[in-house]
Amino acid sequence: MIPSLEPAHLLVVDDNKVNRMMLSRNLGLQGHIVETAENGQEGLEKIRSGTFDLVLLDIDMPVMNGYEVLEACLKDVELRQIPIIMTSAMDELDAVVKCVELGAEDYLTKPVNAILLRARVNASLEKKRLRDEQRKLFRTFATKEVAEELLRTGFSLGGKQVTASVLFADIRSFTTIAESQDPTETIDLLNEYFSLMFDAITDNGGTVNQMVGDGLLAMFGAPIYFKDHGEKAVRAALQMLERLKEFNQRQLARGKTQLHIGIGIASGNMIVGYTGTQNRAIYTCIGDTVNLAARIEEYTKEALRPLLIDNYTREDLPDDIKVDDLGRIIFKGKNQAVNVFAVVTG
Amino acid sequence: MSSIDLKVFNELKDATGADFIGELVQAFLEDAPSQIAQMQSALTGQDAESFRRAAHTLKSNAATFGATDLSGLARELEMLGREKNLEVGNRLQVLEEAFDQVKNQLNELIR
Repeated sequence: MIPSLEPAHLLVVDDNKVNRMMLSRNLGLQGHIVETAENGQEGLEKIRSGTFDLVLLDIDMPVMNGYEVLEACLKDVELRQIPIIMTSAMDELDAVVKCVELGAEDYLTKPVNAILLRARVNASLEKKRLRDEQRKLFRTFATKEVAEELLRTGFSLGGKQVTASVLFADIRSFTTIAESQDPTETIDLLNEYFSLMFDAITDNGGTVNQMVGDGLLAMFGAPIYFKDHGEKAVRAALQMLERLKEFNQRQLARGKTQLHIGIGIASGNMIVGYTGTQNRAIYTCIGDTVNLAARIEEYTKEALRPLLIDNYTREDLPDDIKVDDLGRIIFKGKNQAVNVFAVVTG
Repeated sequence: MSSIDLKVFNELKDATGADFIGELVQAFLEDAPSQIAQMQSALTGQDAESFRRAAHTLKSNAATFGATDLSGLARELEMLGREKNLEVGNRLQVLEEAFDQVKNQLNELIR
């Protein structure tokens, strides 16, 4: 096992002064920073206001017992992350079993043996560290909003109908670029590009939903709804183009490939939710609005304008965003013509 | 006859440090009389929960220092309290005497 090198911030909750002193001393000698609480209620208040890596919780306490504290922590999305080790007398095994079944990380019987204490605390901290890492990784790939929604509601396939905006962006003639240079360079180029685009999108409340090759799909107003999703999407797109312009200047200075993109935005009803299987699924959006955004994005090549939007998106734009009416276009696979607008870019 | 299991006591001393054990013993010796007093007033007031809780704490602390007999006596009383049975006979008196012995020996050990 990897020893915990970083000192952890621990809380000892026990109504018995001797236990508090002994546990604090032992854990302090092991290099940890320890705080104490004298009953369940004080303990819960400290857990809520502090940033503890682990809690050692007595079961039999006045005011609020350990079981009640454990229950309150497990109900809370944030507090649920903190491992709790129950401490109890040997003859309270029934209560311990109840706590472990409920979700306590581990247990120790009193009088606590110093060596066992060290082993259990280190093992729990190590498990927490791995979970935190997993969570971070999960957030990297699933976006913070989706990760939080998953943590809150649990995972289930199936969707719901929402009104939102969808943004598609694609790099022009990327295949040619990829073929003409070293694969490592291509990946570096893509990573730098995506990180710039991500920032522009998340800064405006959007969620990057999918990256397929050199293309990306972002949602505004889902999974978390906000009213001005159309405006936010357009502002994100303008920022994306602005950042790309700066990127290209740097590329030019370095004698490297410049990138050009097309962005299409459409707003309206769509279905959002998890699609896939129980083993592998992504949060995504489907429906006519999503298809339309993709078609509009494709049309940027023909229109020779980098940012195109549909009428629904245009309707809610404030005056400072100027658009040119490109007229009604009939897209592949659509029966009705769609009014397309080009946003005037700087 | 020794009231303290020296193996348990020395292990505790080694784990927490010779400089700290005195403080820990002091905390126990200061707290225990108030737990005994709480048990007495709980008997008078027929408060089984308060009785049980004080016995529980005493049991736990006695075990920490290796005061095995005292811990066993406190445990019996805790069980009675849990069953809401406050017919404890002379058990509390026996416990008090056991505590006095433990106190003397612990004071010797930390001198």
